[in-house]
Order: sequence, then structure tokens, then C-alpha cells
Amino acid sequence: MRVLAAMSGGVDSAVAAARAVDAGHDVVGVHMALSRTPAQERTGSRGCCSVEDASDARRAADVLGIPYYVWDMSERFEATVVADFLAEYAAGRTPNPCVRCNEHVKFAALLDKALALGFDAVCTGHYARVVDHADGTRGLHRAADAAKDQSYVLAVMGPQRLARAVFPLGDVVSKAEVRAEAVARGLSVAAKPDSYDICFVADGDTQGFLRRALGEQPGEVVDEAGEVVGTHDGAYAYTVGQRRGLALGRPAPDGRPRYVLAVEPVQRRVVVGPAESLDVAHVRGDAAVWFGTVPPAGTTCTVQVRAHGADVPARVLDADAGSVTVDVAGAGLRGVAAGQSLVLYDGTRVLGQATVAATRTAAGLAGAGLADGHA
Amino acid sequence: MRPAALSALTAALAHTGNPSSLHTAGRAARRTVEEARERLAAAVGARPSEVVWTAGGTEADNLAVKGLFWARRTQDTARRRVVVSAVEHHAVLDPAFWLAEHAGAELVLLPVDAEGVVDVDALRAELDEHGDTVALVSVMWANNEVGALQPLDEVVALARRHGVPVHADAVQAVGQVPVDLEASGVDALTLSGHKVGGPGSTGALLVRRGLQLTPVLHGGGQERGVRSGTLDPALLAAFAAAVDEAVADRATHAARVGALRDDLVRRVLTDVPGATLRGPADATRRLPGNAHLTFAGCEGDSLLYLLDAAGVEASTGSACQAGVPRPSHVLLAMGVGEDDARGALRFSFGRTSSADDVDAAVAALPGAVERARAAGLTSLVGA
Repeated sequence: MRVLAAMSGGVDSAVAAARAVDAGHDVVGVHMALSRTPAQERTGSRGCCSVEDASDARRAADVLGIPYYVWDMSERFEATVVADFLAEYAAGRTPNPCVRCNEHVKFAALLDKALALGFDAVCTGHYARVVDHADGTRGLHRAADAAKDQSYVLAVMGPQRLARAVFPLGDVVSKAEVRAEAVARGLSVAAKPDSYDICFVADGDTQGFLRRALGEQPGEVVDEAGEVVGTHDGAYAYTVGQRRGLALGRPAPDGRPRYVLAVEPVQRRVVVGPAESLDVAHVRGDAAVWFGTVPPAGTTCTVQVRAHGADVPARVLDADAGSVTVDVAGAGLRGVAAGQSLVLYDGTRVLGQATVAATRTAAGLAGAGLADGHA
Repeated sequence: MRPAALSALTAALAHTGNPSSLHTAGRAARRTVEEARERLAAAVGARPSEVVWTAGGTEADNLAVKGLFWARRTQDTARRRVVVSAVEHHAVLDPAFWLAEHAGAELVLLPVDAEGVVDVDALRAELDEHGDTVALVSVMWANNEVGALQPLDEVVALARRHGVPVHADAVQAVGQVPVDLEASGVDALTLSGHKVGGPGSTGALLVRRGLQLTPVLHGGGQERGVRSGTLDPALLAAFAAAVDEAVADRATHAARVGALRDDLVRRVLTDVPGATLRGPADATRRLPGNAHLTFAGCEGDSLLYLLDAAGVEASTGSACQAGVPRPSHVLLAMGVGEDDARGALRFSFGRTSSADDVDAAVAALPGAVERARAAGLTSLVGA
């Protein structure tokens, strides 16, 4: 196959490209430039947007002996991922920019351009497995290394795009294996630190980034009874389930910790309350994507509602082509934020994914702003 | 590297010695350097004392722009205007922008016409109005992207009238068109080794006798105090040998690559829909080895990939340090729209280029352009 290897400049994508070469594919490395004004050097744990990262990717491609290009995806990235990030926070939701990047850039703009130029597939350093099932379908599965699994952020691509994806690191049992392989291959990025932060927030200060972009929008922090217990500079800075950084002047009457229950940007209001008010019974997602037939009501599965979050038991209450509602009562899910991805699994296999639109708490209380869309 | 340059390099590498030293080895090294200086000077119509060695064309351009600005402003504090063409190489443009930002210079960009040729009337108007406050004029001998030869005779005549020194970057021109410092009347001229089949990191600024230049590199006072730094006799011998041979072969070389270039352009314009030749349409007013084309609706880097996969090497004409393709400042200055400028390809013909290369390019281009057009301008939102 003619394979386009997306190379961020990190160790994972470099080893993935190397494995694609070993597999006998005709591989070309492409580094996506996502910022018009890239920093010279990587800072902290960022790992994709600096000039240094671009030259690391070039160096790896040279070692592998494959052609290397930089494609400018900065406008697309800005217009989709960054704009969505700000719009979602401004609307009181909690976006996952990596999901949006996979949806709009990596497995959309990049893949489309690759296919148009005659490539057969796009290869990335994501930790996930593509499995051809006995029934002829192709499935997205969790990586062998559960700790590194990234199927959660990939599920948004859906089955058509999965057919064009290659993830050579899906069977890796640990990151140490990838680093050792990079050393053995003479790749100088072998010891490069992992990236964790949001790549376009240059200094890792997401709150500051939001404040600069959205401005100060002071408002009140209220408890479940509506009583004002504090103030804030912008509701967008809060995420459902958050405990730290509330800076409430007065302790709760019962002395127990308080959590963010709801973020209401229109009223500029943040609702706080006790942990049990975060216990989630039902989660509804929209913009659903399915990897097979829509699962019928009553299907038992597991769900994950945040990156690196736990896999918890769930039952499908209702599902159609565009939305899904799952029952997770008793699973111990707390503080599920709108805007996050809801991914449904059958064992290691991804059934589908949706974007969390609303939740219903165990207490039957629909948090303000989390308009409950189902009966 | 040219065989003549390679043999000069390897012969000189066998000897050690610092040309600034007084001992025997140093004297031998100095002899190599001075013979190279004489050889280079003779090839480009300069006197040996007018050659200032540098570590490449970029350094020579920096020395010319900054050195002339500082020297002229020291003599006359009113002379703060730096006049450069809008299509200069970044090695001239960026020092000029830097002087404006950090050293109190006033930057004046000379416009070009649709073929990339400097607007002489604009220079005349600039000098008529501000002639006594202009520190220098820098206009390249020939543009590196679109190949346009610049009207240096007129530039020099106008500048002389106002006592303004002229710098010309001739990196692209040597070995392609006749370059002669004395005959040109230019005051400072940039040369580079690697463009003529010499070693990389070699260059020179030819500085007309009597022209004051403030140093950029301070140190041991080599090169008449204008450019400090220990010289490498072997590199300079190879550089001079390359220039000497390139100049000697120029007429036959230019005729040969010019014919290849004309063939490529004619066939591409016939065979590839949406192809446009950029730069002078009159082949005698452009570098013989240069063809620059834009392909409407294509992205240059898509074409580059598709051609490379077909064994054809071209360039998009400009690259920044991160390798992010940006529309060329040269094309934009010529009035080419940003979308068209993204679909630019430069084909350069050199000593090893052949008719087979032209055939391969002509065979690969129609399919590559069709495919690149289908891939579209994907970096544009909504495309």
C-alpha cells in the first residue's frame, strides 16, 4: 500500500512509520503544521507544534529513508479544533480537542488529501487496534496496552475512515517497548518526553488561554438551593465534577467538599454541591457514530466518558443513527461533563461514540443547563 | 561539486596552515588564499583587493546591507533610508527589515511589474524625493524564483546621480549571464560558491575600492578588518575554481540549459491546462536555467510530492525554516493572487540536466496537476 505516515515529531509516530516501512508499504512522512506562528522549541510536555518538533519529524524520516513533507493544516486546525474548543467552553461544555482534531483534521482533511493524491491509507502512532472480524467487518479495538489506549479519541472517525487507517502500535505492550525500538532503530526521538497538554495552549495554562480569548465574565457561584456562595471571573473556567480551585469564601454548612454540578454561561452562573449530586444515572449523547448496526435497547456494554477514564458497565436505553442514551446507574460515574465523548465498548471493541449532550443524576435531579432530553 | 572544484579542494586539504600565520605553513596557506582571490576577481571583473571572503551568500548580503547602512549613516546621519526591491532574497530583505526594526532605518520596498522586474520609475521618484537621505539601494542581478534579470544599468545610473551606493546579489547570475563588477558600476556584489558547483558555506562580497563598509563580524581583523575570521584555503581554492570554470563555460552552458528550459516551457504550456509561466515571457530577459510556472487550483507541495514520486525533482520556489509552504513574496509582489501563488513550481536546469529530464517532467506533469487539482487547496477552510 501507499501509506502516508503522519509524523508529529514524537517517538510514537516515528516508530509507527518505521513499522509501516518494515511491513513493506511505500511510506511518505508528512508533518502537519498546525500553527502559523510556531514556537521555536518545545516547552514542557507539548509535543507537536514547534519548529523543533517539525525538525525532529524530518530527522526521523531521514533515518527511515522516506520522503518527508510539511503540510500546512493551520487554517483548518484553527477553524475547527481551536474555534470549537473556545465555543464549547463558552457554551458551558467541556470539549476534547484531540477528538475534534481526529474528526476534522487527521482523519478528515489529512486523510482526504492523502487519498486524493493517491495514497491508500494514513498511518499514525495512536495506540489502538484495527481488527478484521470473522463476519467481514473491520473493528476499532482498544490497544493491547490498556494504559496507553487511545481508542476513546479515535472512535469519532467512524467505520469508513477506519478502513483507511493504520495503527502499527496497537499491539505494543508498553511505551517502554516503543522507546527501546526507537533506540534500536537509531531514532533520536527515543527519549523525547510524552505529550499530555493541549498542543495549541503554548504555556500549558488552559485557564489563561480561555481568559485571553473569551475575556472576563464575572458571575455568581450558587448552591443547589440557589443561594450565592461565591463569585467567579468566567463560568467557562469551570468543568462539571471539578473540586479544586473553587475558592469559595464560606465552607458548606455540613463542612463537606463541594463540586461543580453545572456551568450556566448564559446566566454566568456556576452551581456547586455535594459529591453525590454528581452521581450519574443516564447519559445521553448526540452526533452518534456507529461501527456496525445501531445497538438495540437493552444491549449491555461498557462506556467511557472521558480520556483515560474508567470503563464502566452500562445498558443501552435508546439508540438511533444519531443519538444514544445509556443507563449507568450504580456504576459510580460522577461528574460527566457535556461536550466529552461517550464511547460504547463491547469488550475491547468500539461499538460507537457520541458527544455527551445531557445527563440525569441518580437523585433524579437534572442539573440546570443540562436539559434532560429523555423521559 | 564540479570536478575542477573538487580537485582544487582535495589538493589544498592535504596542507595545513593558517593563512594569517607568519610561519612557513601559514605562508603557503596564504598563497593558496591569495591565488584563489586573484582567480575569483579575474573571473568577475574585480580587483583582488575588492574581494571579501564570507561564509556564503547570506553573510555577504548581510554585510552589504548592514555594513553599507551603518557606514553611510556614520558619514551622514540623515542617510537612513534603505531601498531594496520587493523581490529580493530573504538574505537581503530580512537584514533590511531588521535594520528598520532595530537600527532606525527607514525601509523602502521598490515595486516590481507583473514579470518581476523592478520598477525603475519608482526608484527614480524615490531618489528624486529622498536622494539625500538614502543610505543604499539593493537590487538583485536576477531573481532566484522567477528568473527575471533586473535593470541594474538604470539602477546604477540613477543611484550614481545621488551618490548612493548600489548592492546587487548576483548569487543566481554567475555562470548564467555575464557578471562583471567593473563594467556593471555596482558598488558591492554578492557571490556564492554552492550555486556554481563549488562548496557550500563559501561566498564573497565584492566591494568596490574606496567604499566604506562597517564590519558585521569583529575579531582578528582579517579581510582588511571588514570580515574577521580564520579563512579556509581549501574551500576558497575550490570556490574560486568553481566560479572560474562556471564563467568560462557560461556561454555554452547558457545556450544548452536555455534550450532545455524553452522546450520544457513550450511543452508544459501546451500540454497542461491552467499552467502559467511566471517571470519575463521574453526568454532573453530571464536566467537561462530557470522556469517558473503556476498551476491554477493546485498546491505546490502536492505537485512536489507527485512529481518526486514520478522521479522528477522540482521546488516550490520558497521554503521557510519550519518547511511550511507559504505563498512566495516574489509572486505576491508581482500581483499574483494568493491561491495561484500556492500552485507554484520552479524548475532549475543545471550542468547535469538533460533532455530526458525534460521528457520525464513533461510526461509526469499533466497527471500530477490533475491529481493535485483534485486534492485541491485542502489547507483552505471549506475547500
